Amino acid sequence: MRGISLTIGEGEFVVIMGPNGAGKTTLVKTFNGLIKPTRGRVFVDGIDTKDATVAELSRKVGLVFQNPDHQLFCETVEEEIAFALKNFGFEEEEIEKRVNWALKTFGLEEYRDVSPLTLSGGEKKRVALASVLVWEPKYLVLDEPTLGQDYAQKERLRRLVRGLLGDRAVVMVTHDVEFVADMRPRPRLVLLSDGRLIADGRAEDILTDPRYIDMARLVRPQVPEVLRDLRSLGAPVRTDVLDVEEARDVILSALGAR
Amino acid sequence: MAIIEIEGLRFTYSGAKKPALDGIDLSIEKGEFVVLTGPSGCGKTTLCRCLNGLIPHFYHGDFQGRVVVAGLDTREHEIWELAQHVGLVFQNPENQLFCLTVEADVAFGPENLGLPREEIRRRVDWALKATGMWELRFRAPHELSGGQQQRAAIAGVLAMEPDILVLDEPTSFLDPAGAADIISLVAGLCREHGITVILAEHRLELVAPYADRIIVMEKGHIALNGPPEDVLTSERAIELGVGIPKVVKLYGLLASSGLELPRVPLSPHEMAELLAEVAKFGDRA
Repeated sequence: MRGISLTIGEGEFVVIMGPNGAGKTTLVKTFNGLIKPTRGRVFVDGIDTKDATVAELSRKVGLVFQNPDHQLFCETVEEEIAFALKNFGFEEEEIEKRVNWALKTFGLEEYRDVSPLTLSGGEKKRVALASVLVWEPKYLVLDEPTLGQDYAQKERLRRLVRGLLGDRAVVMVTHDVEFVADMRPRPRLVLLSDGRLIADGRAEDILTDPRYIDMARLVRPQVPEVLRDLRSLGAPVRTDVLDVEEARDVILSALGAR
Repeated sequence: MAIIEIEGLRFTYSGAKKPALDGIDLSIEKGEFVVLTGPSGCGKTTLCRCLNGLIPHFYHGDFQGRVVVAGLDTREHEIWELAQHVGLVFQNPENQLFCLTVEADVAFGPENLGLPREEIRRRVDWALKATGMWELRFRAPHELSGGQQQRAAIAGVLAMEPDILVLDEPTSFLDPAGAADIISLVAGLCREHGITVILAEHRLELVAPYADRIIVMEKGHIALNGPPEDVLTSERAIELGVGIPKVVKLYGLLASSGLELPRVPLSPHEMAELLAEVAKFGDRA
């Protein structure tokens, strides 16, 4: 990390993108104090992370790791999900209620008594997410939640994140351009490269600009790419479009204008 | 002649209640680029393991039906024998690399075949060059990026000079540019060296432009099997939760608004060209 200044508001939805090794995971680990900055300061709800323990910060900032194997260690899925709740001193009855909610929400009911380590990669990711969401952190940080997930699971994740927004801020680290393009509401996008912040703005502005996409070693999203190619073939079309329905309208109106 | 022939394949892992593969019939021609997709747990990985004999020789269970690869029935031939015809590349290249240098890793397979020194040299050099790893051959695998590691793993498999390359989600651990790079490398091996490719992958926008065929699996059987243009525009693909590339979605939306393109585009560039053809934008200038 080299000279990053960033403010994330309550209830905000922020996506952090950038090439492998850009510092994305390092940055989000400063949010709950797992990493303390060597220079500069990180404040969470006005508290300097240097003055607080990881346990205190974690109550506010729930971090779901990229690799669920780094997060899961209990003997059953149920214990895994209840673990943090017990540590945070929730009442027995409340724990039971929340664990049941999480098992149901993440389609994990049939695995209640199963060891998390025997689950598939996608299922483990759901357990890891459930075990954090269950304590309702005010800020939720998801590191590469779509990695290795199939399309249907991504759809579920998209709906879930949308449902969480409003009550809490969600910060998501991802490489998945089309996943971000399909997110509603569209997030604010922060682009990192080589430990520096290279762009911070609306997803539709940054993802439709090939210079940023290439710098961040991302794959250009298909919709603006179609429009850019069309434009170079002589069609009078805008290229700052991510949405397929909008692209259809842009193309049809360009045709109508002939 | 088909290079892979599968008939009535059923496989249940030891101790499992349900079969992982439940009646697969499939024939793949030499030189084809076949994409295997479907929801997690649909049996893609199990099918890949059946192609090089890991099933039934390494993973045990109840095996029924027949898998014939390059003329060899996988039940009657051992893994080392099958490995000279089918190379398997895994999700995580770290699980496949273990030597001190890339070159040593690539030489490992041919050395174990007991080939003459010059033949090993020739194969290793060819595999390193074909995968763009020549310059990095003296580096330690753990110093490389994920994409370079996956290239090294592919080189190791290529040094066996297989007819068939089976890749089980080889890009899951790579960043998008690294993933695109690996897919284009594999497509080149298919096109230039006639290697038959079976590639398990979720991100169809990345692989559809190269695919001769897309096979969608569901619950251990084959639900869809055909050219990408047909599979990606079928209702069933949407029901099965297949991630339809945006260009194909846009094609569908335009078609229902009365703008029919002559064929289904599989890449943004192809879509723009088809649109320009239909609309003749260029003529306005």
